Amino acid sequence: MKTWIRTHRFTLARRVVQLSILSLYVAANAYGFMFLSGNLSSSLVMGTLPLADPFAILQMFAAGALVGIDVLLGALVILLFYMVVGGRAFCSWVCPMNIITDAANWTRKFFLLDKSVERKIWLSRNVRYYVLALSLILSFVMGVSAFELVSPIGMLHRGIIFGMGMGGAALLCIFLFDLFAVKHGWCGHICPLGGFYSLVGRLSLVRVKHDHTVCTSCMKCKEVCPEKHVLGIVSKSSGTIVSGECTNCGRCVEVCESHALFFGVRNYINTNVGEKNDE
Amino acid sequence: MSNHETQHITARRKFLTLMAQSVGFSALGGMVWSGYLAEAKAAPLILRPPGAVGEMDFLRLCIKCGQCVEACPYDTLSLAKPGDNKPLGTPFFTPRNIPCYMCTDIPCVPVCPTGALEESRVSRVIEGVNELDITKARMGLAVVDVESCIAFWGIQCDACYRACPVMDSAIVLEYRRNERTGKHAYLVPIVNSTMCTGCGLCERACVTEKAAIHVLPLEIAKGAIGGHYIKGWDASDEKRLETQSSDVTTRTKRSEKSAQDYLNADEEVFK
Ligand code: SF4
Ligand code: SF4
Ligand code: SF4
Ligand code: SF4
Ligand code: SF4
Repeated sequence: MKTWIRTHRFTLARRVVQLSILSLYVAANAYGFMFLSGNLSSSLVMGTLPLADPFAILQMFAAGALVGIDVLLGALVILLFYMVVGGRAFCSWVCPMNIITDAANWTRKFFLLDKSVERKIWLSRNVRYYVLALSLILSFVMGVSAFELVSPIGMLHRGIIFGMGMGGAALLCIFLFDLFAVKHGWCGHICPLGGFYSLVGRLSLVRVKHDHTVCTSCMKCKEVCPEKHVLGIVSKSSGTIVSGECTNCGRCVEVCESHALFFGVRNYINTNVGEKNDE
Repeated sequence: MSNHETQHITARRKFLTLMAQSVGFSALGGMVWSGYLAEAKAAPLILRPPGAVGEMDFLRLCIKCGQCVEACPYDTLSLAKPGDNKPLGTPFFTPRNIPCYMCTDIPCVPVCPTGALEESRVSRVIEGVNELDITKARMGLAVVDVESCIAFWGIQCDACYRACPVMDSAIVLEYRRNERTGKHAYLVPIVNSTMCTGCGLCERACVTEKAAIHVLPLEIAKGAIGGHYIKGWDASDEKRLETQSSDVTTRTKRSEKSAQDYLNADEEVFK
């Protein structure tokens, strides 16, 4: 039990954060406890600090909308925040979809689907950037926020806070897609919001670091990482996991028994030394 | 060497195929996606919260945060869910379930962070100060189906008239003689489109099985006269004539034998 907690300490912390944020939203809507009102698209903290989804604002710009100052400020706050803590920290610590896609992945592992089913469908991890570009192009052409109108993430958080409707069907589709079709299919390949935050987090301060001198090459980290291609330097050289696609979920850190992976603050000057030594 | 070459070609091939595939998928995805967006945009049968900007701008501006929904003390507003067949996540209300009670402090409007709901649309300037005025809201327009309204049968009802927060102004009761009985009056509700806010309290109050008075979005309920009609009896409207060129009559071959000329030729007739 103790080891289980140790090897899931970040996962547990992430679930607590994800669920607390959702509970605060629900409390605001259902019981009028106005600490955090609105939803993940735009919200208000304690009736004063606005927050907004910068990707939604970007689509609104593309659609030609002149948005109010409140959301602009809110988007800026969020943008700066994730530029510091790692763009995709949103994915692993806030986005409720992460709970569903993680569940799909755990189910997949439980039934050994990775080993028994040969992977037939090949999907590039760059699809998310195409979808991101397509969102902006369609927003421009159609004059509406293209992704926001179809976003399953929106369906999910709005569903939890304001009522689900038929939204469950779309979410089930994503669960099944991740379970049977492509491993980490939605979050690791398609989601344009994840793509957006990958770009935001390219230069972020908080990152996972690796010390290859204590690494035993057990490769447990690559087994659990939802974006395992970012762990290229593991066992080869020391340095920082610099890819914006790393979600700062901490899975690799918690499973690593020899403390070869740990959270740290990025050293901007020498950041790529590790990778250079690699060559 | 040859092995190296094949590898080279394969890499380039792979890249080109990948590009072609991406273009293909993007085109397909873009088509389906934009088709859905066009559908969503073209669904104007939806009543927005007070102070909402025009529907096209509203779809652009609303970030779907639901803060208007949370602010409403009557739970009037909700965000469109999958299955509602409305643009996803945008706020709307269904008057027959819960109408807008026209709060004088309009809590739903100032909370909107994007400007999709505009305070200026529901306020007026009184002695230099902006004051909220919910009667300026234009969420829709109440329309009476005279066939199913029992007041038009001659039965006294006036439920909608009494429910209206802008009573005797947005709805008036018109007295008409009931020729069928010869001794009763009809008291029929007539909506004044310049005063009706579209709150839907009348629709909520209507006693018929399905409301005989219902609020429609303005762009559906309202017609448009067109600039070429001018009220000859309204001095200010007649002013518009001054900006017109002197002769605006359409002339064709047939206008030589115009009925007007024939009827008006002999001015004597009118004397
Ligand atoms: S990739 Fe998208 S859906 Fe997945 S956690 Fe990130 S934002 Fe949420
Ligand atoms: S590298 Fe580590 S922190 Fe980053 S996504 Fe992978 S498991 Fe999570
Ligand atoms: S005016 Fe009042 S009742 Fe009407 S939508 Fe706004 S908050 Fe709700
Ligand atoms: S408060 Fe404004 S942006 Fe938010 S849902 Fe309502 S209309 Fe849309
Ligand atoms: S919708 Fe009905 S109740 Fe509301 S202002 Fe118009 S006529 Fe009156």
